[in-house]
Amino acid sequence: MATDAKARIAHYLSGFFPVTDLKDDDDLFALGFVSSMFAMQLVTFVEHEFDVVVENEDLELDNFRSIGALEAFVGRKLAATAAS
Amino acid sequence: MTVKCVVWDLDHTLWDGILLEDGEVTVRPAVLDVIRTLDERGILHSVASRNDHDAAWAKLVELGVAEYFLHPQIGWGSKSEAVAEIARRLNIGIDTLAFVDDQPFERDEVAFAHPQVLCIDAAEAASIPELPRMNPRFVTADSRARRHLYQADEQRKQAEQGHRGTSEEFLAKLAMRFTIAPAQEDDLQRAEELTVRTNQLNATGYTYSYEELDAFRSSPDHDLLVAELEDVYGGYGTIGLALVERGAEAWTVKLLLMSCRVMARGVGAVLLNHLIRQAHSAGVRLRAEFVPTDRNRTMYITYKFSGFRELEQRDGVSVLENDYSRVQDDPPYMTVLVKG
Repeated sequence: MATDAKARIAHYLSGFFPVTDLKDDDDLFALGFVSSMFAMQLVTFVEHEFDVVVENEDLELDNFRSIGALEAFVGRKLAATAAS
Repeated sequence: MTVKCVVWDLDHTLWDGILLEDGEVTVRPAVLDVIRTLDERGILHSVASRNDHDAAWAKLVELGVAEYFLHPQIGWGSKSEAVAEIARRLNIGIDTLAFVDDQPFERDEVAFAHPQVLCIDAAEAASIPELPRMNPRFVTADSRARRHLYQADEQRKQAEQGHRGTSEEFLAKLAMRFTIAPAQEDDLQRAEELTVRTNQLNATGYTYSYEELDAFRSSPDHDLLVAELEDVYGGYGTIGLALVERGAEAWTVKLLLMSCRVMARGVGAVLLNHLIRQAHSAGVRLRAEFVPTDRNRTMYITYKFSGFRELEQRDGVSVLENDYSRVQDDPPYMTVLVKG
């Protein structure tokens, strides 16, 4: 499941960034300019792809900064959903 | 709210007769007058018709009126789906649509699914230009050119769909030039129009009148900035507005808004980025007011991802402050010009 989430995130990001292999800890926000549209699409992707709700307090760069950060964030959200 | 797009039925509404039964139909002269009058005011037009698509479109072309209609929905689906699709394609709220049809059943079907759509009997078509909701307070150069601006957008979208590669590579092909300048007197009508028209990319939802904006323009404690965008397909017009209150220790962004048409170009962050760099080099804090609505989440995300954090909330207004941890350069795919 963990690697599966990572693969889905990496595949999605490959459409935005002109690099062939994005490393887990590459900082997406250092790679290129972050447009409003990309930010919104990334949040919407996470919500739809993993069926989680991104709350205002979740909207921190550290949750969206890299493939690894996104995977960890999605993992925390799914665990919280499963627990409640 | 002012209507942004009028959606027309065809048979017995735009033209006399039923195309598939009569073959020959003629445009109602009064309806054509209405379409031209509203087009001049910057109100768009579209079509929702149960008809054979190719035959109806060919007839619209033959009659010389096809150019007026954006994203026409001609087919056998329901009209409520057609109007929803038009709002989605134009990226405008469904509450800014009007729908004109001669058949009560069709008007009821649309009104039932979308109570916010203004439904009008085709028999009343001639009086449409007199309706208050069909009269924008100002008609600016941007409003008169609006149909062409949307048509250029459509060309861009088609180019984008045909593009292979990353979105950034596509944006580079557009060779965008983004100009930020202090608002001049002749920008104010468009500035007011933007505050009234823009919902999705408006950080506070504050609307200001021409007179208020004019006062900010000449106030030493405020910066009122307008942004324009152009690319290889032509100009987008004046698409952004920012109002900054300059305090001694902190500047506060009271208003930041971007036209919905340029959402996909990421320019909201470019204007914000300009303000961050200016405040940073002036040695003051940069704060921003944000009032959440059910439509402006993109703007909130833009702020948060540009390094703003919530400082406090008072009376439904969030005050955000930038931590200057990430002061970005302008995007490589865009030329940003700042006028003094």
